[in-house]
Parts: sequence; C-alpha cells; structure tokens
Amino acid sequence: MLWVNERAMAFRSGIRLSDLAAEIRPGADVLVVNGFPREPDTELADGDHCWLIRRGEVPSAEEIDYLLYARHTPGVHDRVKGATVGIMGLGGLGSAVAIALARVGVGTLLLADFDVVEPTNLNRQHYFVDQIGLRKTEALCDTLRRITPHLVLRPIDQRLDAAAMVRHFAAVDVLVECFDDAAMKAVALRVALTELKGVGYVGASGVAGYGDNNTIRTARLYPRVYLVGDGESAAAPGQGLMAPRVGVAAHQQANQVLRLLLEAAREDGGDNETSRAVIP
Amino acid sequence: MKITCNGEERVMAPGSTVIDLLRMLALDPEVVVVECDGAILKRPEYDSHLLTDGAVLELIRFVGGG
Repeated sequence: MLWVNERAMAFRSGIRLSDLAAEIRPGADVLVVNGFPREPDTELADGDHCWLIRRGEVPSAEEIDYLLYARHTPGVHDRVKGATVGIMGLGGLGSAVAIALARVGVGTLLLADFDVVEPTNLNRQHYFVDQIGLRKTEALCDTLRRITPHLVLRPIDQRLDAAAMVRHFAAVDVLVECFDDAAMKAVALRVALTELKGVGYVGASGVAGYGDNNTIRTARLYPRVYLVGDGESAAAPGQGLMAPRVGVAAHQQANQVLRLLLEAAREDGGDNETSRAVIP
Repeated sequence: MKITCNGEERVMAPGSTVIDLLRMLALDPEVVVVECDGAILKRPEYDSHLLTDGAVLELIRFVGGG
C-alpha cells in the first residue's frame, strides 16, 4: 500500500516517485516521501507516505495540512493538531509565539489581549502598518489565517485577571504567559500554580535590550512549569524591547510549548533542572 | 529565627511576616511569587503569613517587558 496525499493506493514493485506524479498529479515538482523532499527517480517502498505538490500553486487547506504532516516526524502532527494552547498577551512575545505555534500546526489557539495595534508596536510585534487601530486579537487572527487557514482561533478581547484566567484557560493543554506588565506575570504564575494545576505553563521574564543571547534560558520551576528569559532585563528607559531578543525568548517559549505537547521533557528525564531562585 | 530563602540562610526577627522579608530584600510584593514550605501563597497572604523558625522559601521575581 502507498499513501499519496494521504489517500491509499496499491503498491507496485519498482514504482518510482516520477511515475506516481505522472499518474496522480501531472506537473507536480515538489515530491515528498516520508517527510523529506526526494528526487523524481526515487524508488518507492511499500508503506511509503508520499506528497505531490505543484510549486507556486496555492494548495488547498487540506493540502496545507498534508504538508505540515509531511514536514513533521510521523506522529507529531496529529498530537499538535489535537492540542489547545492559550496565549495571554499578544505583544512582542505573544504575537511571535502564536505565529510559531500556528506554523507548527497547533490546532486550537486561544488569543487574549485587550489592546489595539499602535505604531510603537511595529518595532517588535507581528502586526502591519495597515493593521494600526485594529484590535490585536482581530489583527493577529487575520495574519494566522493567512498562514494556516484551518486553525481554530478563539480571540479573547478583554483585560485578564485571575478569575478570567481560570475561566478561559482551565481546559487548555499549555498556557503561555506573554504579558508586558511584571505584576500580571506574577498574578499569572500564582494562578497557574494554585488553580490551573493540570495545565502546562510557560512564562517569561527578562527579555528587553540587546544583551547576550545565551543569558536567555528556559528554567524549569516546577513539573510542566517553565520560565524563559534572563530574569533581569526589564523594559525601562534606555533598555527598550527589541525584536531580536524578544524573538529569542518568544521562540524558546514556543519550543517549550511544543516540548510539553509532545511530552519530550518527560521522555528526556525533565529538561534543565536549574535553580528556581530568580532574584538577581 | 533562621529561615532559608532561595537557598540562602537569613536571620529574621520572631513574628516576621512574608511582607517583612520582601521589604528587607527591597522587593515589590506585586511582582514576586512566594512559595513557603512547599505552598504557593496568594497575594493577600503576604501581609499575614508568619514566618516560622526553619521555614524554607522560594521567591520568583518578575521584571516587565513582553
């Protein structure tokens, strides 16, 4: 049996990728076997999963799903597609986390922010000039749909407090704290540790400026609870938030979300067991 | 009275509360998460929670920006 764009067809001994393309999708020039692009003369084996795509042609939502499937290790796509992740705060961290998780194929995203897009956001946040004045939830949903049309997106257009966090995020697999305000970061972690105990959690603290890349780290505070950042670099006059370093932190957050969803941390024996002390 | 805070031993006056410790460390209570003897404290408890001899605390302080 061969799987071609996820449809079953009979396997014939000696069949090559180019034969398959000629039969099923004439003109296809992006040929993927078991997650890796291969040459047309590749001989196929029984049980191979093949994807045939025409370069430059906009694929259907279904095909985009196949492509995500194709680019992931087998088993990964179904797990992330079935996952729900909450993101609190859609600024420099949250907008980048959302885009990374959408690209990796996380099925459902809950996106919370109360603010509108302002010109001062554009130095680091994933919005565009033509989105100035839009709700951030609305603007980001528009952008995410342009990346992966089949995503389930739930905008939460309000200022969160502890009660709202519990109400909205009790059922998510992982909650990502991307607030700007330090007090809200503390509120969120207290809620996560006391009222959202089954939920994975990835917060951030210390992401401003253009300091050393390698001081941004992912610390495990408790089982399935992580904090990303250098713990020190506050946003302040003279030390602004800048796209590169905020992006480093955001992508550490996004990768940690993925690790939690795939239970990679558990399999590895529990990620870097660093000191919990976060007082510089 | 001795307590351990983030792995460091500190001497506190008997009857001290969590808020006294945070003041001593010049920390804004609003941006700190406090674990005392394995339990996470809610923010209103900082003002009333008495530290006992041998108490073990972990403090996590947040800075702004995101």
